[in-house]
Amino acid sequence: MRRSMLFLPGNNPNLLINGNCLGSDAVIFDLEDAVAPDQKDAARILVRNTMRYMDFRGVEMIVRINSIDTHYWKRDLDEVMPYKPSLILLPKTGTPADALAADEYMTALEQKLGFEKNTVGLMPLIETALGVENSFAIASATKRIQALFLGAEDLTADLQCKRTKEGREIEYARTRLVTAARAAGVDVYDTPFTDVNDDEGIVKDAELAKALGFTGKSSISPRHVEVINRVFTPTQKEIDYAYEVMDAIAEAKAQGKGAIALYGKMVDAPIVARAQRTIATAEALGIRRDMV
Amino acid sequence: MDIKKRAAAGTMESSDAYVEIEPASQGVSLELESVVLNQFGEQIRQTVLSVLAQEGVENAKVRIIDRGALECVIRARVEAAVCRGREEA
Amino acid sequence: MSKVVNSIREAVRLAGLKDGMTVSFHHHLRNGDYVLNMVMEEIAALGIRDLCVNASSLFDVHLPLTEHIRNGVVTNLISDYISGGIGRVLSTGILPNPIQFRTHGGRPFDISTGKTPIDVAFIAAPTADPMGNCSGKYGPSACGSLGYAFADAMYAKKVVVITDNLVPYPMQDFSISENYVDYVVTVDAIGNPKGIVSGTTKITRDPVGLVMAANAAKVIQASGLLKDGFSFQTGAGGATLAAAKFLKDIMLKEGIQGSFGLGGITGYMVDMLRSGCFRSLMDVQCFDLKAVESIREDPRHQEISALQYASPGSKSAVVDSLDVVLLGATEIDTDFNVNVHTDSNGYIMGGSGGHSDTSAGAKLSMIIAPMFRARLPIVTDRVSCISTPGRDIDVLVTQGGIAVNPKNGELTQRLKAAGLPIVDIQELKEKTERLTGKPAPVPKGDQVVAQVIGRNGDLLDQIYKPL
Repeated sequence: MRRSMLFLPGNNPNLLINGNCLGSDAVIFDLEDAVAPDQKDAARILVRNTMRYMDFRGVEMIVRINSIDTHYWKRDLDEVMPYKPSLILLPKTGTPADALAADEYMTALEQKLGFEKNTVGLMPLIETALGVENSFAIASATKRIQALFLGAEDLTADLQCKRTKEGREIEYARTRLVTAARAAGVDVYDTPFTDVNDDEGIVKDAELAKALGFTGKSSISPRHVEVINRVFTPTQKEIDYAYEVMDAIAEAKAQGKGAIALYGKMVDAPIVARAQRTIATAEALGIRRDMV
Repeated sequence: MDIKKRAAAGTMESSDAYVEIEPASQGVSLELESVVLNQFGEQIRQTVLSVLAQEGVENAKVRIIDRGALECVIRARVEAAVCRGREEA
Repeated sequence: MSKVVNSIREAVRLAGLKDGMTVSFHHHLRNGDYVLNMVMEEIAALGIRDLCVNASSLFDVHLPLTEHIRNGVVTNLISDYISGGIGRVLSTGILPNPIQFRTHGGRPFDISTGKTPIDVAFIAAPTADPMGNCSGKYGPSACGSLGYAFADAMYAKKVVVITDNLVPYPMQDFSISENYVDYVVTVDAIGNPKGIVSGTTKITRDPVGLVMAANAAKVIQASGLLKDGFSFQTGAGGATLAAAKFLKDIMLKEGIQGSFGLGGITGYMVDMLRSGCFRSLMDVQCFDLKAVESIREDPRHQEISALQYASPGSKSAVVDSLDVVLLGATEIDTDFNVNVHTDSNGYIMGGSGGHSDTSAGAKLSMIIAPMFRARLPIVTDRVSCISTPGRDIDVLVTQGGIAVNPKNGELTQRLKAAGLPIVDIQELKEKTERLTGKPAPVPKGDQVVAQVIGRNGDLLDQIYKPL
């Protein structure tokens, strides 16, 4: 379960060592934009040591490596792969070939390390017009891919438009990415909200992302984590309904009925699938069914 | 492989350490400045020596300004300084 | 009759100050205070020696005092708080007798009972009239409340008011009244406004501080104390102030109207008053300009004396009615004893202030502190100095978990039920040491440089000269 993903600058010890208690479901150790070119080597070692020595139990580790058009990305993977990040965030993924290049190198590393194939997942960062248009092909390029990730800052630069708080300019990219990811059967995460001082803006932006179908949302500020978690946590009403759906299904089965209705609505496969996802999230969060 | 040139890594920000390394001819010498010298001075020295040994550095002059960095951070900064010091000038 | 005299020196002479006597000062002008140094300089020039200085707090601006100590003008010191710069010098044992640390409540209590009598009190007053009615709310050096000066004025044998803003008799809205005052002196300036109050007190941006603050607010919410009539005190430190912000959000959302906010008051508490979180503020000391303006303008914002604030001998003190207090710590041990007196190397850099008074009085006293600062774990086996005894501390909030004093079984259950990350303090200590390593003990010297006297007069601990 990843509702929130928090970016941590890869060369900042103070944030890295505290990254496991800032409340996010996942952290993204950032070796790319947050690190100056002359500090790539030091950040890589620092992030590797953080993964190796710090206790990140209960918080998923994701690493944003440098893009495959740099000479850093393989060395980034060399250092972090032994410590089994759950995902690699691959910047500037524009084509399935980009994802396959990373996949190939990761497969080789996994063999060398004696890991099972696909131990470490891949999450293409879609932040170019090309990437958006190729998003379904990218999402289904390899089994290693577990999710798509929208990066609106670079994308709007590529689109030659201004990035705004309201986000009209990324409406298409958002809906396109959600559709592509769902079609490919993977998760999809929303771009960070970048104004750290706008406490109301982040709520609206997270609610919009949830309404559009995103699995969760990333953040560059620890201050946004709590809001994102709250927005992406199923409500008690949703949880209770999910359990009712499962009860109804069980009852129908026991009675040998094929189709059943709940509150006058047919309970079909997508509704069951959604109920199962809601219950899985609730269980992961320790939220129980309200028995009232 | 020994240190070829003077190099540094890290910062003087809180929770970080700044490490300078330069070539030397006779063994390792270590100069340490730390905000927690009384409590962790000896542990920091051991950490630095262990990274140098692991990296196979036998001769070097090392200077550290520690701002309360955790061991994993000090290890990273020493290792980064060693890597940089080994690059061709 | 006129009480106005021409100079500090004349006031000292008229007050009959002699070798071996006690003089007192309040600290409302904080690190902007000129008065203590001006007075001590005149006293030294008069050749008076072997004095006891009873100052409610000392700041680095008071470093010249260390010269008077070295010269034998001052041989005894009583204070509630001594900041790091001057504390470092005093830690080297330049005084022939140990410093006596008291609390903000214990100090006025001991003055009122005659345990620590004052011969001459020098009261810096931002505004005064010729008969000695005075206030901190007005004038170019306004500091707001004069809470810590009341006991000195009421119980000293002689009282000298020193002001840089003399107004015609009778001044309105005075705090300390003329019946206590013997002499009034005017000077060019009693302090530097920049050091007296800060412009605005800012909430921390440190992510770890914000996590702790959010947890602290949740603890208060889950404690059962957050309901109409709720009362609250918080420090001016970054994380405690941020906790107040989160608390305010909860109170406004749930429509809870508290009774009072207490303490050293910041602009943040003023915001809480104005937005309806409290019916009133009880103010013993103002920390920033907004608090000074509020105490002057808003009748709901009331000045209180240190006797009313926290004295253990008062018929009642406000701390006895306090629900929740948020406090800091430099160290806390597995018995919940807290150190706010010394730094990691044993040097004096603080003091109890109102820490142990509010901890003793409040129904829920919480420490907010990170698991470690600069690699030094906050939780130790035994604090190097006991400032507040563990029996008065209920909860420690860190970014890595919340530890509840085992004496508080019911609270533990409530917090667990609310889903908060409760951790045993011993486990928290071990968890922290896995990150930091175990610090080597710092050896202490033999010479006692300070005694820490609890609010009830018992000797809590001694501070030794660092080696």
